[in-house]
Amino acid sequence: MIKFRHVLYFSCIALLLTGCSVENMGVLDPKGTIAADQRLLLFTAIGLMLFVVIPVILMNFYFAWKYRASNTKAKYSPDFAHSTLLEIIWWGVPIIIIAILGTITWITSHRYDPYRPLDNVGAKKPLVIQVIAMNWKWLFIYPQQNIASVNFVQMPVNTPVRFFITADAPMNSFQIPQLAGQIYAMPGMQTELNVMATENGDYPGISANYSGVGFAGMTFTARVSSQADFDAWVKKTQQSQQKLSKAVYAQLAKPSENNPVAFYAPVSNNLFNNVIMSYMMPMPSNTSSANANMSNMDMPGMKMPQKVNP
Amino acid sequence: MTETMQKLLFGNLTLDAIPYHNPIIMGAGSFMALVAFIVIATITIKGQWIYIWKEWLTSVDHKKIGIMYIILAFVMLLRGFTDAVMMRLQQMMAYGHHLGYLPPDHYQEIFTAHGVIMIFFMAMPFMFGLINVALPLQLGCRDVAYPYLNSLSLWLTIVGAALVNISLVIGDFSGAGWLAYPPFSELAYSPTVGVDYYIWAVQISGVGSLLSGINFLVTILKMRCPGMTLMKMPIFPWTIMCAMILVILAFPVLTVTLALLSFDRFFGTHFFTAHFGGNAMMYINLIWIWGHPEVYILILPAFGIFSEVVATFSKKRLFGYATMVGATFAITILSFVVWLHHFFTMGAGANVNAFFGIMTMIIAIPTGVKIFNWLFTMHEGRITFSNSMLWTIGFIMTFTIGGMTGVLMSVPAADFQVHNSLFLVAHFHNVIIGGVVFGYLAGLVYWFPKMFGFKLNEKLGAASFVCWIVGFYVAFMPLYALGLMGATRRLYHYNNVAWHPYFVVAAVGVSIIALGIVFQVLQLIVSYKNRLKYRDNTGDPWDGRTLEWAIASPAPFYNFAFIPEVDSRDAYWEMKQRGLHPEKRAYEDIHMPKNTGVGFLIALFGGLFCFGMVWHIYWMIGLGLFGIIATAIARTFNHDIDYYVPAAEVERIETEFLKRKNA
Amino acid sequence: MSSHDHHHNTDAIDVFGFWIYIMSDCVLFSALFATYAVLYTNTFGAPGIKELTSLPYVFVETMALLASSFTYGMAILAMYKSNRPRVIFWLGVTFLFGLTFVTMEINEFVHMYLEGHSWHVSAALSAFYTLVGTHGLHVSMGLLWMLISMVQLMMYGITPTMRKRLTYLGLFWAFLDIVWIFVFTVVYLMGVL
Repeated sequence: MIKFRHVLYFSCIALLLTGCSVENMGVLDPKGTIAADQRLLLFTAIGLMLFVVIPVILMNFYFAWKYRASNTKAKYSPDFAHSTLLEIIWWGVPIIIIAILGTITWITSHRYDPYRPLDNVGAKKPLVIQVIAMNWKWLFIYPQQNIASVNFVQMPVNTPVRFFITADAPMNSFQIPQLAGQIYAMPGMQTELNVMATENGDYPGISANYSGVGFAGMTFTARVSSQADFDAWVKKTQQSQQKLSKAVYAQLAKPSENNPVAFYAPVSNNLFNNVIMSYMMPMPSNTSSANANMSNMDMPGMKMPQKVNP
Repeated sequence: MTETMQKLLFGNLTLDAIPYHNPIIMGAGSFMALVAFIVIATITIKGQWIYIWKEWLTSVDHKKIGIMYIILAFVMLLRGFTDAVMMRLQQMMAYGHHLGYLPPDHYQEIFTAHGVIMIFFMAMPFMFGLINVALPLQLGCRDVAYPYLNSLSLWLTIVGAALVNISLVIGDFSGAGWLAYPPFSELAYSPTVGVDYYIWAVQISGVGSLLSGINFLVTILKMRCPGMTLMKMPIFPWTIMCAMILVILAFPVLTVTLALLSFDRFFGTHFFTAHFGGNAMMYINLIWIWGHPEVYILILPAFGIFSEVVATFSKKRLFGYATMVGATFAITILSFVVWLHHFFTMGAGANVNAFFGIMTMIIAIPTGVKIFNWLFTMHEGRITFSNSMLWTIGFIMTFTIGGMTGVLMSVPAADFQVHNSLFLVAHFHNVIIGGVVFGYLAGLVYWFPKMFGFKLNEKLGAASFVCWIVGFYVAFMPLYALGLMGATRRLYHYNNVAWHPYFVVAAVGVSIIALGIVFQVLQLIVSYKNRLKYRDNTGDPWDGRTLEWAIASPAPFYNFAFIPEVDSRDAYWEMKQRGLHPEKRAYEDIHMPKNTGVGFLIALFGGLFCFGMVWHIYWMIGLGLFGIIATAIARTFNHDIDYYVPAAEVERIETEFLKRKNA
Repeated sequence: MSSHDHHHNTDAIDVFGFWIYIMSDCVLFSALFATYAVLYTNTFGAPGIKELTSLPYVFVETMALLASSFTYGMAILAMYKSNRPRVIFWLGVTFLFGLTFVTMEINEFVHMYLEGHSWHVSAALSAFYTLVGTHGLHVSMGLLWMLISMVQLMMYGITPTMRKRLTYLGLFWAFLDIVWIFVFTVVYLMGVL
């Protein structure tokens, strides 16, 4: 019994810690519509399964205790090995639970399909952001605004955002846990993720699929702000005059770790599609004059991802 | 000129391949070398080489092969567990400004080695070891269908394990995770020999597993003793049968997948490369078409062990035998239609994801039924809390929780959040430790007397159990929480200091498990020292129900003096209930296969071939291939492969056993 | 002594085990076929299988392999009649047909390779060489086996062990024929259509 009590204590501690900490608690502290629904889904599924799990654990200990060999008063039926009624019950109850959970699965798989445009967003048109996973940093391109950023993505609150994702590196997985679940970023492929943030703030973004020695530092900040702040940020970035040309991109694509945040404008035409296509078809090789300086424009008051030197 | 010569002789292998600069690796390497040296020196000093060669290395006796498998599993458990401790330490130490003690390139090798070792070189050999020991005895037969293939399987597995350990000091090991997803595992991103070591270590042991699968399936289907119809088999052989069907259907896919990856790396093909039309998603599909059945290959035999244990120690017939068989088959079939749940996040679309999600949760139904059957086997029984039974009770609780989190992740929309996170890590350790490891450890104490003739110390075993289970919860419950908090797996360092306390708790947990392993080692030592006291003279230490308890402990090399005939499920239990004594018959000569070094030799040449492939040493590749083929062919020219044990010898052994039993 | 004492040598058990091995080999080929099906269009701008192969050439190759199955059947018939010279003769004929097949395949590969259509070029070609080559490797192993069987027949005559081994080889050979029918259809025929 010690073990079980121990688990209980530990769960309490875990829950307490979860409650105390204010920032960065992943799906437990959702800041977007999808993540909030995913949390609800997690709790619903756990709740459903506890209907079986709790009785099983209780029976386990109760039977073990009651029918211990030293308890000679307990009933002993060495040949009691079949009961149609009992077996119907324990086929039936799990079947019912799985039927319910299966229905929920079918519905939610479609409703929260990452490719599906979000419901209930009114007439707002989604903001398009293209994401490229690189060794070992994230590049975000805003095609409508003609700007780009490294390891930093900003989006307006209560506005649907549509991420198009690829990789110019081994497979990664793009995730901002507090906004939505993840989707793989693969070279030569495009995946998609639709999110909508509901609260202003800075949220951590990660790669969730191992991609090499710089993987741990492949984090970014997802900033959710008011529309006005977002517009101001776009404007400011557009004036940065650090062009993301093919040459600058080629330089950026080289492996590097713990990259600082950087901003670019304007962005070379069709860059995102060209990166995808470069894996699909033979491409004329890039110009070798790629020696442009790396942009390193800090925003005042920006929270930089922590610099780590391995 | 010298350079060409060196290339010719050593391929890509140079002295730089030895990581002199890394004290951790050199320390571990020296330790392993020291242990190997002590073992070899002891054998030499005691002049035991001939005995070792004749009785063990060339043995085709399934019980000895089983014991060697289990020794391999135990050694590799220690190695894999050391990796686990190193990871827990690193994650405890490396947060915020602290960087811990492991650089990322070393850390990635450790998490890869941990996974590879624990699955391929701990769990698989442990499973094959227990099957080898118990299966032919439970079926009432003298050996497996192909004793010589059995020895080959063992040695192929050992060579695979040796390659993993060699990679520690010569070159490096893969850092691409236990399934080596491309394109990361391709030359472009993993240019060192690490992935090649991984490929060939897994490939060669995989071939061994496939041969074992065929061997045991034929044994079960064709070699049961008279009267043992399929529905009168104990449950353990049933689960082995299903697991071996899975092996036969799944392992060829692994062989192909790894072969294609090695072609990419060795010949420059483009199956899974990022460029030239390669398709990494194909690899991920293929590897999981093997990988998902693989987890059932591991867990089904554990289910079988629990079924035997729970019936024996509850002194009751197993509840719902027919249902158990049905549930096992349902799991077997379903395990082939769920592989996609390992990558819902690849963007396959809602219909596909939902289908595989629902298929996955359907597996929970037969699994749940099994759990209820075990519970009701305990119900109205007379339960003795022997070590095996403790593991079983711990399993039922732990596995149920692990099953719950598994079903949780089979809901695609929820999985998007926890996929690849520490929640996932906690889940599969929950089912693998709580299910597979507990199961095999239960099987080990259960069949230990049958292997060695004496029981294990129960008190130390119980202490070990308590440490394992407490340690498990302390180590992995924080990982569940961390996963939900957005901690992904395989991080050698993290910035979020709020995670740190959880990692500290997890590190405490792993040290409690370490204590459990210490108790296990102590248990072995203490029991060995008191082997006369713990000696099992009856051959039936647990008041068992199946045929293996009808013969002496340790089992004589020919197993049964007379092939038993059975007419009921719990055959030996029924015999005891009816007070039947084997009729007095005249002993007869017994036909047995001769020991052979062919399996050992083929595996050795296989090892040469693999090492050559890793380092591009072409003469070694050629020699290895030639050696394999030539040895196999030479065997077909040898007709002196069997002999008869004289009846007098059988009589002597059996009389001695009966004397001990009736004393 | 009861019949169960002879478990180790019971031919029925051994042949059953060989069947299971063939099934596992079947799974191996299915995985290769699946890979081929996924990758054969990924030519990365280079010529595909369709442009590089010649159906009439492969048709001759196919006929050689099919003929070898027929002649192997003749060898088995001779084995039933315990006619050792005839078994060896038909095995020899089978061997020659098989050798023709393998030689033609190697010739095809060498030509393609030398013309620059190697497996380095694209995933499609990688899959082509691997699928067809794996079958060819199996056939080559079969040929080696056949040679050894002929030697052993000369040494030991038609013993029960040799009968069993020739049965194995027959199963193996027939299996390779069936696999080739699929290779021919999927790779060459469907490539052209």
